[in-house]
Amino acid sequence: MASSGSIPRNSALSEPAWARYLLIFTSVSFLLLFLVAPLAAVFTEALRKGFGAYLASFNDPAAWSAIQLTLLVCVIAVPLNTVFGLAAAWALGKFQFPGRSFIITLIDLPFAVSPVVSGLVYVLLFGAHGWFGPWLQEHDIQIIFAVPGIVLATIFVTFPFVAREVIPLMQEQGTDEEQAALLLGASGWQTFWHVTLPNVRWAVLYGVILCNARAMGEFGAVSVVSGHIRGKTNTLPLHVEILYNEYNFVAAFACASLLCLLALLTLVAKALVERRMHASTREASHHTETVS
Amino acid sequence: MLPGFGLTLGFSLTYLSLLVLLPLAALFVRTSSLTLAEFWEAVANPRVVASYKLTFGASFLAALANLFFGFITAWVLVRYSFPGKRIMDALIDLPFALPTAVSGIALTALYSHNGWIGQYLAPYGIKTAFSPLGVGIALLFIGLPFVVRTVQPAIADLERELEEAAASLGASRFATFTRVLLPPLIPPLLTGFALAFARSIGEYGSVIFIAGNMPMRTEITSLLIITKLEQYDYAGATAIAVVMLLASFVLLFAINLLQWWSVRRYQGGLA
Repeated sequence: MASSGSIPRNSALSEPAWARYLLIFTSVSFLLLFLVAPLAAVFTEALRKGFGAYLASFNDPAAWSAIQLTLLVCVIAVPLNTVFGLAAAWALGKFQFPGRSFIITLIDLPFAVSPVVSGLVYVLLFGAHGWFGPWLQEHDIQIIFAVPGIVLATIFVTFPFVAREVIPLMQEQGTDEEQAALLLGASGWQTFWHVTLPNVRWAVLYGVILCNARAMGEFGAVSVVSGHIRGKTNTLPLHVEILYNEYNFVAAFACASLLCLLALLTLVAKALVERRMHASTREASHHTETVS
Repeated sequence: MLPGFGLTLGFSLTYLSLLVLLPLAALFVRTSSLTLAEFWEAVANPRVVASYKLTFGASFLAALANLFFGFITAWVLVRYSFPGKRIMDALIDLPFALPTAVSGIALTALYSHNGWIGQYLAPYGIKTAFSPLGVGIALLFIGLPFVVRTVQPAIADLERELEEAAASLGASRFATFTRVLLPPLIPPLLTGFALAFARSIGEYGSVIFIAGNMPMRTEITSLLIITKLEQYDYAGATAIAVVMLLASFVLLFAINLLQWWSVRRYQGGLA
C-alpha cells in the first residue's frame, strides 16, 4: 500500500474493482457451498436429536472397537511407512545411481491406483482363492477378512506419503554436512541421528501427518479386505457406513463428526508445520547468503 | 562416501516389492489366466460399459468444473486480500483430510430431496442425490484441491515485471491477462485438471452414498468391482480392475509428461 500510494493505481496492473469482487464472491460461494456446508451438515445431523443422543451414540461397544481398530492400524502402518520413507530417502536422496528416478516413480504408484483395486490385489494374494490362500488355510492364518489384511491395505494406500516429502529434501540438502560429521569421527548412525534427521524433521512430520490422516480415514481399500464383521474388523469409517446403511443416522453422523474433528486437526497441524518448513528454508537460505 | 547405501536401498526395494509390486503383479497374472473371449466378456458387457461411461464422463465434467472454480480460487487466494482468506486457504485441503465415507454421507445429507441444498433444487425437478449429477458433485468435492494447489504456486511465481512491461506498453488488463499471464499458467492448469480427473476415476467412498448405485444408470466402475467380488466372480472383478489400472497408468504417464513440459517451458523462459 505504501509503495502504491505514490503511484496512482494503474488499471492495467490490476483487475477492475467489479471484477475483483465478482471473483472473490464466486470463489467464496464455491468454497462455502462445497467445503463448509458438508462440514456443517455432519455436525448438524449428529446433533439433530440433542447432545444426549449424540453422546449416547458412543455408548456402543461396536463403536469403541472400531475406534480401537482404527488406532491399532495407524500405530502399525504409520511407523512402518515412516521407516521406509527415511530409508528410501537416504538411498535415493543422498546417492546417484542408474534406475533411481524409476524407483521414485514406483514409490508414487499407490497414489495412482484406485483404493478398491488396492484392496483387491491383497484378496488375490491372500484370499481363500488367492495365490497363498491354500497355504494360509493349512496353517490356520487368516489375513483377508481379518486385521492383518486391513493393516496391509492401509500400508499400501499410505505408502508414498513420508517418502515423497523427504526424498526431494534430502537430495536438495546434499551430503556435505554428513561428510563433515563422518570426517570428524561420527559413526553412520550418529551422523543420521544428529545431522540428517534434525535437518529433515519438519518434512518427516508433515509426511507423518498426511499419512496418519489417510490411514485413519481410508475406506475403499479397507472395505474390500475387511469383511465388515461388527466389533471385529470394522474401522471407524466402515462403522460409519454400516450405521448409515441401517438408517441409524444420528450415530453414523456422530462417528463421522469424530473423523471430521480429526480432519480439521490434520489441517491445523499441516498449516503449522508448513509455516515451520518455510521458516527453516528461509533461515537456511539466509544462512548460506551470510556465509558466502 | 556415505555409509548405508546397500542397507537402505535393499530395505526400500524389499519393502516396495513385497507390498506394492508383488500385489500388483498378482492382478496381471490372474488376468492372464482368462482367455481373450472371457476377458472381453468381463470388461465389455453393457453393464460394465455403462459404468465406464458414468465414471469417466462424470470425472471429466467434475474436473472441468474444478478447472474453472479452482483457477478462480487460486487467483483470488494469491492476488487479493479479504477477510477469512487464511481460513479458506487452509480449508482447501479438506477433501484430502476428510475420510471419503464422511464426505459421502455429508454430501448425501445436503443434496437429498429434503437436505439443505436439495430442497431448493427439487421443486425445479433437479434431482441431485441418487442421480448421475450426484456422482458429479461428489467427484467435484474430491477433486477440488488439485487444481487450486497446482496453480497457486504458479500464480505466485508470475513475474510482476512482465505485467508492468505489458501495461506500460499500453496493453489493456484483459490483453495482459490473456497474452502475458495466462500462457505460463496453462501447463499447471492442465496438470491440476489431469490430477483431479485421475483421482476421480478411482474414487469410491464419497460416491457410493450419493449415487444410489442403480445398475446401468448410477453405478460407478469401482463399485462394480466390489459387487463382482462379493459374488465371488474373482475373474470378472480382476479383469475390470486391470482396465482401471491401465487407465490410471496412462493418466500417470500423461501427468508426468505435463510436468516435464511445464518445467521445460519454465526453464526455457529463463534461458
